[in-house]
Amino acid sequence: MAGRPLGLGPAASPPKWWWWLFVVLLGAGLLAMPSLVDISVQLDVSIMLILALLALSMSFLWGYVGILSFGQTAFFGLGGYTYAVLALNLGETTGSMLAALVLPMLFAAVLGYFMIYGRISDIYLSVMTLVVTLILEKGIRATSGDQFVIGTVRLNGQNGIPSVPSLQIPWGGGAELFIDGVFYLAAVLLILVYVGLRLLLLTHFGRVLVSIRENERRTELLGYDSRRYKLAAFVIAGAIAGLSGALYAVWGNFVAPEMFNLSQAAQVIIWVIVGGKSTLIGPIAGTALIQYLTTWLGTQGVGQVTLVLGVVLMVFVLVFNQGLLPTVGLILAGLRNRMRAGTGR
Amino acid sequence: MTLNRRQFMRTASGALVYASAASVLRSAGLKGEEPIKVANVLDQTGGLNIYSLKQISGCAMGVEDLNKAGGLLGRPIELLFYDSQSNNQFNSQYATQAFVRGKAHVLQGGITSSSREVMRPIVRKFGGLFFYNSLYEGGVCDRRHVSTGMVPAQQLEALVPYVMGEHGGKRGYILAADYNYGHITAKWMQKIIRENGGEDLAVEFFPLDVTNFAPVISRIQAAKPDVVWSVLVGGAHMAFYRQYEATIGKKNLMLASTTYGVGREQTELSADEAEGILIGTSFVDDLPSPAAKSFVKKFQAWEGNSDYVGEYGEYGYRGIMLWAEAVRKAGSPEPDAVIAALDGVQYDGAGGLYTIDGKTNHTTMDIHVVRGNRTGSFDLIKSFGQRPPKDTQLVCDLDKNPDDTTQYEPEV
Amino acid sequence: MEQVAIYAYQIGVSFSIFILISLGLAVIFGMMRVINLAQGEFLMLGAYACVLATQAGLSLWLSMFVAAAVVGLFGIVVERVIIRFLYGRIVDTLLATWGLSLFLVGGITTLFGPQSESVVNPLGNVTVGDIALSQYSLAMIAIAIALLIGTYCLWRFTRFGLIVRGTMQNPDMARGLGVNTDRVFMLTFGFGAALTGFAGAVLVPITGAAPPMGVFFIAKAFITVISGGHLPLIGTVSASAIFGAIDGFVAFVSSSVVGEMSVLFVAIILLRLLPMGITGHLRRGL
Repeated sequence: MAGRPLGLGPAASPPKWWWWLFVVLLGAGLLAMPSLVDISVQLDVSIMLILALLALSMSFLWGYVGILSFGQTAFFGLGGYTYAVLALNLGETTGSMLAALVLPMLFAAVLGYFMIYGRISDIYLSVMTLVVTLILEKGIRATSGDQFVIGTVRLNGQNGIPSVPSLQIPWGGGAELFIDGVFYLAAVLLILVYVGLRLLLLTHFGRVLVSIRENERRTELLGYDSRRYKLAAFVIAGAIAGLSGALYAVWGNFVAPEMFNLSQAAQVIIWVIVGGKSTLIGPIAGTALIQYLTTWLGTQGVGQVTLVLGVVLMVFVLVFNQGLLPTVGLILAGLRNRMRAGTGR
Repeated sequence: MTLNRRQFMRTASGALVYASAASVLRSAGLKGEEPIKVANVLDQTGGLNIYSLKQISGCAMGVEDLNKAGGLLGRPIELLFYDSQSNNQFNSQYATQAFVRGKAHVLQGGITSSSREVMRPIVRKFGGLFFYNSLYEGGVCDRRHVSTGMVPAQQLEALVPYVMGEHGGKRGYILAADYNYGHITAKWMQKIIRENGGEDLAVEFFPLDVTNFAPVISRIQAAKPDVVWSVLVGGAHMAFYRQYEATIGKKNLMLASTTYGVGREQTELSADEAEGILIGTSFVDDLPSPAAKSFVKKFQAWEGNSDYVGEYGEYGYRGIMLWAEAVRKAGSPEPDAVIAALDGVQYDGAGGLYTIDGKTNHTTMDIHVVRGNRTGSFDLIKSFGQRPPKDTQLVCDLDKNPDDTTQYEPEV
Repeated sequence: MEQVAIYAYQIGVSFSIFILISLGLAVIFGMMRVINLAQGEFLMLGAYACVLATQAGLSLWLSMFVAAAVVGLFGIVVERVIIRFLYGRIVDTLLATWGLSLFLVGGITTLFGPQSESVVNPLGNVTVGDIALSQYSLAMIAIAIALLIGTYCLWRFTRFGLIVRGTMQNPDMARGLGVNTDRVFMLTFGFGAALTGFAGAVLVPITGAAPPMGVFFIAKAFITVISGGHLPLIGTVSASAIFGAIDGFVAFVSSSVVGEMSVLFVAIILLRLLPMGITGHLRRGL
């Protein structure tokens, strides 16, 4: 696979004190945010946090295991639809949320089993995941008729399912999360998943994953069944994407076939590439940046938003080819070296 | 961007603001008054802009006209525009922005049913008011939601009996887009065809990205209907009209539609492909009334071109004007006051008289049966005065259930 | 007999559409391994070039060649400005071509507006029994087959074809043998773009030209080429034949929805049974 991170990924070393400080500051900043800004900003930032989970699920697989799953949206959409259908049927949301993690995991396990144990090549794995998400999209779109009902819920095809209930607070006697509640939830989950993945990569399991990325054959010769590790990683990523999809449904109170489509799938890759896949924080920044840009452009009267966005993306690939954060990192490192050189003289 | 030609724009509260020029406000004596705010969330970018671009202009022109005529209740009107980029996620974000940061008194916009269903709960959350100016499948029962466009029964009860009676279209073959609007319209069509002693030979649905209609065109010929009914929607389905003319031809088999013309389809087809199709509509540019003529002239002058305006452009203007009438009647732009005043609000517009039915918050209007001509427009055949939104009236009563928010699917 | 002719017509139309939308991609993605997400927009550019050429007074048939030339040149420009920096960086090409695709849709909408443009269909219909068939659709089938044969001959029998195949297989070796591989990549990309532009022009009389039209075809095109496997030409033809036969047949006897679903279903089965594509087990060929 092209464009591997240089040398060993940062996952190989335990985080330093400043990383923990960064996480704590980030968390504190996010949790303080709702009291500082109005709810429409909270709404805009929540969707960034939720989609950042989707970006994380992909960058974990891609940057650390070397599996480029083009179709993470399959699990994203599946998570969203699972939550929507169950929550509307049962009127209970906590269980629906858990189911929205489990079903994508099962699906990822089956799909991953066929692909990984079938030992299909990297590029075919990428496109196969894409084909799967496109087929799910087509399938959902074809359910407009009133014969397509799960329980009491019409699948509604093209139109998607509206009025998906917001998450109820499990101990709150049916009280629903408002916009700020969804914000806190998304922030906490994103930080947990981020820290969790970062620490996971330190474990024995994580080290094997990274070694598979570096050299799968050598890892196997050392006695590890790389397929088992890859499948496990694929399932974990499926769960994170499913979580993101369920939160998306909670956030907007709707799900629609667009969750599966090609432009959504490509966007995930774009967030990851823009942020740089050799870190876990990069994709989060990439998601935030692109989301902010498109939301902001929509209110600027630039004419065709896609025209501007398209140019930005093209310039980006040609200029910042390592991704945003790594490039900034390189520039900073360069500056620091120069300053050191300056003081040393 | 055509909107900035006669207005200046600035960015504030996260939206693109079209405020009328200072000279307009001064001559109307509105300078310095606290503005009333209208938010417009429509798709300037993306696949849906085929429907939205004219409506964006129609809405902006309506606001400009109101300001020129002295504003509303002595206050100027400010228009906040948000480009939802054919993506429901933005409908959600911008609708919230419009109420929270924009402090909008009314939200106008949304093209698809899914975008409406995304925004409706948000309008409710902030106690706002929502004008949905679009042709749709009917059945929304929500006092904070006003529909100013046509619903199926309204349109079909004029068009179908006319086509069956005057043109002998007893045996119909129905093609519909595969989503809610297509399914519900097809059901109404079958019902009305049967009630009038006709026969519906087949109903077929097409995903919105289908471009190859060769299979169904062959099947239609095998079935030998008297008329083909099209409820096809969107860019890909345009291919049907091209392929139909190249094989069967409207001269040999009549073609009628509920959706054709709404996206200005006839301007995109050749004269042969456009001529002769029968549609039911609430507005086309070539209606012979002086109101329609002057509206089209004004619209084209405003945009600075000679484009066909069409139904969605007029919907945008109609939505603003109906809302303005309601504000005048209420004596306040506050949503709850306006909602209380909605019943019976009238506006005499380009397509005839529009009256809001307070029981359903839908609009009674004239339906015109027209026939496509060779010059990219339509000739009026017959007008049916003041058709009520009957399908929605069957299922919705906001007088009895003011807290209803359901979208009913009419039992056909 | 009439029935057979109509089935053949349905399958032929469907097959020719699959071929038209995926042949250019077979070159660009199948041979060159460039994941070009702007492929649908190349098709759209071809359609617009054809519309403009007919409006300038050229015949439709001539306009198709104009479209091929215009999009071919555009492809060469794109290769020089963007793609050539990204060979071997599959994923970066993905991002850049996605940007290009957004840019082209926005640009064409700004220039020509959102509505579609059309050309006058120059042909009428023929009747088989009671059923009228479009002559243009029949012509389209012939064009698709001619395009296939032409491409095959170019790759198989010309010196240029030999050099291109050699370069794609082993660029270093080709370079060692004195081939200007840089130029070969540029010309091959341009050729793929020209094929796509030509196909876009051929589709205009039945679909029109509109800014978002690329979206309707891109996913299908990728699925076709991918299902074909590692031999781009043979793979794409056989995948188009399978999908076209299924789509044409099922859509005619049942409905378009079922037709589309069955194509996707078969694609999944194919990828499960033959994860390397239809030509996965063939070692040699085009």
